[in-house]
Amino acid sequence: MKSQRHTFKTILSAFALILILASCRENEEPIPAEVEEVPGQGSSFYLLNEGNMNMNKASLDFYDAKAGKYKRNIYEEANPEVTLGLGDVGNDAQVYGGKLYVVVDVSGKVEVLDVRTGKRLKQISIKNCRYITFHQGKAYVSSYNANIGSTGTANGFVAQIDTATLAIERTVTVGRQPEGVAIVGEKLYVANSGGYNPEQLERTISVVDLNTLKETNRIEVADNLHRLKADKYGDLYVTSRGNSKGETAKLFVIGTQTASVKHTFDVAGNFWIDEDLGYIISTVQDKTTGNRTIRYSLIDIKEEKLLPQSFIEDAAAKEISKPYGIAVDPVTKAVYLTDAKDYVTPGTLYCFNKEGKKVWSVTTGDIPAHIAFIK
Amino acid sequence: MELTARYTFILFTLLVLTGMGQVWAQQTDTIQGGGLHEVEIRTHRLSEQNTSPHPVQTLQGAQLEQLNSLSVADALRYFTGIQLKDYGGIGGLKTVNVRSMGSQQTAVFLDGVQVGNAQNGQVDLGKFSLDNLEQISLYNGHKNSLLQPAKSFSAANALYLQARMPHFAEGEKTHGKASIRTGSFGLINPSVLWQQKITDHIYSTLSAEWTQAHGKYKFRYTNGVYDTTATRHNADINAFRVEAGLQGILPDSSNWALKLYSYTSERGLPGAIVANRFRNSQRLWDRTFFVQSSYNKTFGERYQLLLNGKFTNDYTRYLDPEYNNIAGALDSRYTQREVYFSAAGKYKITSFWDVGLSGDVQYNTLDANSYNFANPTRTTALVALATQLHFNQLEVQASLLSNFISDEVESINSETAAPNSDQQHKITPAFSVLWQPSEQHDLRLRAFYKDIFRMPTFNERYYTSIGTSNLRPEFTRQFNIGVTYAKSMYGALRYFSVQTDAYQNYIKDKIVAVPSANLFRWTMLNLDEVEIRGLETAVQSEWQLAQRILLNIGLNYTFQQALDVTPGSFNYRDQIPYTPLHSGSFTSGATWKNLNLNYSFIYTGERYSQKANIPVNYVQPWYTHDLSASYTLNQQKLTYKLGAEVNNLFNQYYDVILNFPMPGRSYRVSLSINF
Repeated sequence: MKSQRHTFKTILSAFALILILASCRENEEPIPAEVEEVPGQGSSFYLLNEGNMNMNKASLDFYDAKAGKYKRNIYEEANPEVTLGLGDVGNDAQVYGGKLYVVVDVSGKVEVLDVRTGKRLKQISIKNCRYITFHQGKAYVSSYNANIGSTGTANGFVAQIDTATLAIERTVTVGRQPEGVAIVGEKLYVANSGGYNPEQLERTISVVDLNTLKETNRIEVADNLHRLKADKYGDLYVTSRGNSKGETAKLFVIGTQTASVKHTFDVAGNFWIDEDLGYIISTVQDKTTGNRTIRYSLIDIKEEKLLPQSFIEDAAAKEISKPYGIAVDPVTKAVYLTDAKDYVTPGTLYCFNKEGKKVWSVTTGDIPAHIAFIK
Repeated sequence: MELTARYTFILFTLLVLTGMGQVWAQQTDTIQGGGLHEVEIRTHRLSEQNTSPHPVQTLQGAQLEQLNSLSVADALRYFTGIQLKDYGGIGGLKTVNVRSMGSQQTAVFLDGVQVGNAQNGQVDLGKFSLDNLEQISLYNGHKNSLLQPAKSFSAANALYLQARMPHFAEGEKTHGKASIRTGSFGLINPSVLWQQKITDHIYSTLSAEWTQAHGKYKFRYTNGVYDTTATRHNADINAFRVEAGLQGILPDSSNWALKLYSYTSERGLPGAIVANRFRNSQRLWDRTFFVQSSYNKTFGERYQLLLNGKFTNDYTRYLDPEYNNIAGALDSRYTQREVYFSAAGKYKITSFWDVGLSGDVQYNTLDANSYNFANPTRTTALVALATQLHFNQLEVQASLLSNFISDEVESINSETAAPNSDQQHKITPAFSVLWQPSEQHDLRLRAFYKDIFRMPTFNERYYTSIGTSNLRPEFTRQFNIGVTYAKSMYGALRYFSVQTDAYQNYIKDKIVAVPSANLFRWTMLNLDEVEIRGLETAVQSEWQLAQRILLNIGLNYTFQQALDVTPGSFNYRDQIPYTPLHSGSFTSGATWKNLNLNYSFIYTGERYSQKANIPVNYVQPWYTHDLSASYTLNQQKLTYKLGAEVNNLFNQYYDVILNFPMPGRSYRVSLSINF
C-alpha cells in the first residue's frame, strides 16, 4: 500500500509539473511600437524595413522631426486588426497627396495609409508588386506577375491606380520582371530586368504613353535593369545588376528625347537624386579576391560627371557593414543611410549632415531600405 | 594534399586486402552449423543507455509502437537535447538539430549505412516510416563500437535506424504483417510486411507502404485583436515505399545482407503563411533508390571484418508555377548519385585491448538543369583508427579520423576565379571514458570529447552563381560529462534508470548565408561562432501496480544555452534562433491485459525566430498532449491490433518554424494483423 501511495504521488507531481509548464504561454497581443529620443531636424519621414523573405517581417518606422522622436514598428500598433500585419518583403514606400503607399512584394499588396496616423485606408492586392511612382492623381505600380495562361508570355505589367478611389483602373503589359518606374512628361518608363531567366535577361526600358496606357517603344540599355529615377532635366538614371557572363553593375543616363544612353558610370547600386546631386552607394566585388569595396559617390546631375569626393566621411563609412537605403532631406540636405547588416538582424539608420559628418543613428527593423519624406 | 590522399588509399587498400585474403584463406573451413542468430544487437542494447560512454537514447519494439508516431521524426520528439525542425503536416520537411549544432551535423544510418544527402546535408526524417523499423537510437558523438565504418566516426551526432529483423521460431517459415491507418488530413496509409525463411541460411523481407493524404488542416493566427482561422492548402502527399531485403549466413558462419530501397513521392509545398497570401502552389517530386550490402566475418578468436557498400540514385524535381520565367514556371531537376564502399576491421590484441581500423571511400555527384550549374563531384576518403581498453569497471576509447575530401566542378564561372577543384584534409580526434565506481551498483560516470568537421554541402558551395572557393569546413568541438544509474527492484517500482549529462559544444566557422553585392546574390561564408552549454536528463521507470497493471513513465528535460559568440557580431551573446532554453517531455504507458493506454506531453519553451532576441522575433512556447489506446487480440496464429490516437488534444495552434503553422487536434485509427 505504501509503495502504491508513493506511485500515486509521483504521477501526481509529474502532472503538476506539466501544469506549471503549460501555464508558460503568454497572452497574444499586438506588439507596441518603440519610441526613442533622437535629434529633431528637417523633414519627417517613414522608413520601410523590408524584412527577410518568408519571415513576414516587413515593418514601418516613423521619424518625427518636430518632436525629435524615432518610432520603431508602428504599423501593428496603428493597425492591430490587420491579419499578420504589414506582410512579407516591403519593396517600396512613397508619400503622395496625404497618403503613404507601401508596396509589399511577397504579400502581393499595396497598403495605402493615412500619412498622419499610419492607419490603413485600403489594401490593394497586386501579386509580386515592386515599385511605385505617381503622376496627376494616378499611381503606377510595377509587378512581376505574368498571366502566362492567357497571355502566353512571361511579361509583367504596370497597374494604374486612381489615388482618390484607390482602385486599379487599367494595366499595361511591359517586359519581363519589371522593376523601377519613373515619369518624364506624359510618359511612363519601366526598367525591365528579366531576372528569372539569367541566360536571357531583359536589356530594355519600356516606354508607355500615359494617355493611351500602351507601350510605344523600348530603349535598349543593358542586361538586368533595376532602379530607375528621373532628374529635373528630363533624363533617366537607371542601374543594371550585371550578368553572369562578367558584365558588372553600372549606372546609365538616358536621354528621353533621343531615347538612348547618354552616359555610363561604373558605379552602381542604390541611389537618390536631389536637385543637382546624385548620391550613389556602390559595392564592387573584386573578381579574384572576392573582397568588397563600398563607395559613396556623388554625381553632378547637370554635368553628368562623377565628383571626386564621397558623400560621407571615411571614418563614418567604416561603421557601416551593408549600406542599403539612401535618401536626402529635400530641405536640410541631410543624408540618411541605412545599414542592413546581415539582413536578418535589426539594421541601423544613420543621419549625416551635408558635409558628410555623422549626426545621429538609431536602430531600425530588419533590412531598413526605403525612406518616404513627408513634405 | 596529394600525399595524404595517396596515404589514405594505400591504407584503405591494405585493409581490404588483408580482410579479403583472410576470406579466401578460410573458404575451405568446415561448415559450421546452426541457423541465423541475431547476435550483435539484441543482448546488450537493453542496457546500452546506461553502459555507453556516449549518451544514447533508444526507442525500440513495443515502446516504439506505443508512441503516437507516423514517422521517425514524430518519434524523435520524445528525445532530450534535440529540436525537431518541422514545417508542419504529413508532407512537411522534418529534420533534427541535436544539441544546437545544426541539422547538417547529424548523420542518419539505416542498417548501419549512412543515408546521405550531399546536396543539402539534411535527411528528411518524415520520409522514414516507423512501419518497418525495429529500433531508433540517437548517439551524441558516435556509437561505441570499433567494428564500424569510418563514416560512423565522422559526424557530430549519429541517428541509427534499424529495420525489422526476421525472427523465426523452430518450424516457422513465414511471418507477416498487414496494417492500415487512416484519420485526419485525409490519411490513407496501408502497409504490408512479409518475412520468409527461404532456407535455413537465407531469410528474406519484403516491406511496402503507401501514404496518401490531402494534408489540409485548420490553423489559426491571432495577435489578440485579429483572430484568423484558415485552412492549410497544397499540403498533399502521395508516397510509395518498397524495401526488399535478403540476409544469410555462409558455411563459414559469416553474415551477409542485401537491401533494396525505393521511395517515390509527389507532394505540395504549402509554403510560409504571410499577410495576404495563404496559398502557394509549389510542388516537389522525389525518386530515391538505393541498394546496399554488408558482409561480416569473424576470423578465429581475434579478428573481425565488416564490409559495406552502397549505390544511391536520388532524383528531385521542384516546380514553382508562380515563378513567371519564359518557360512559364521554374522547373528544377536534380540528380544525385552516390557510390560508397567501406571496410572495417577489429583486432583483439589482449582480453582487454582492442584496436579497429576502418576505411571508407565515397563518390558523390550532383547534376541539375539550372543555368550555369556547376555539376559538382566530390570524393571523400575517411580512415578511422580506434582503440579501446576495457576492464570490469573501466572502459576507455580513443580514435583518430582522417578526413580527405576533394571537390571538382565542371564549369568555371566567368564572374569569379573560383578554381575547378578543391581539397580539404583534416585529422580529428575523439576520446571517451566510462567508469563504474562500484561493481555492486549500476552507477556509471562517463565523459567524451570529440572534434569533427563538416564539409560545406553542394548547395552551400554551388547554389548561387558566385563560386565560393574559400568556404572552409565547419568545426564542432564537443565535451560531455554524465552519470547514469539504473536499479531493478521488487515492489511497485520495478525498474528505475536515470541518465544526466552536461555538455559544452563549440562551433567555429559556422557556415551562414550573408548578402553579397545585392539581394539576388547571397553568398555563403564561414562567419559564426556558437557556444552551447546544456544539461539534459532522462528518467525511465517501470511500475507494477495492482491487478496486473504495468506502467511505464518517462521524463525528459533539456536546458540549453546556445549563444552567438561571433567576434563583432550584431547580436553578441544572444540565444541562436529556434533554440529554447527549456524543453522536455513526459511519456506514460499503461498495460492491462490486452489493453494499452498511452499519454504523452511535449513542451518546447519560448524561442526567437531570428538572431536578435527582441519582442518582434519572439516565438511562443508550444506544448501538446497526445493520447492513444490500443487493443490486442490473439486468435490462433493471428494477432489483431486495433489502435486509436488523438494528437494535440487541447487543439493548440503553434509554429515550430515561424509562419509554418502546425496542425491542431488530429485523429488516427489503425488496424494491423500479425501472423
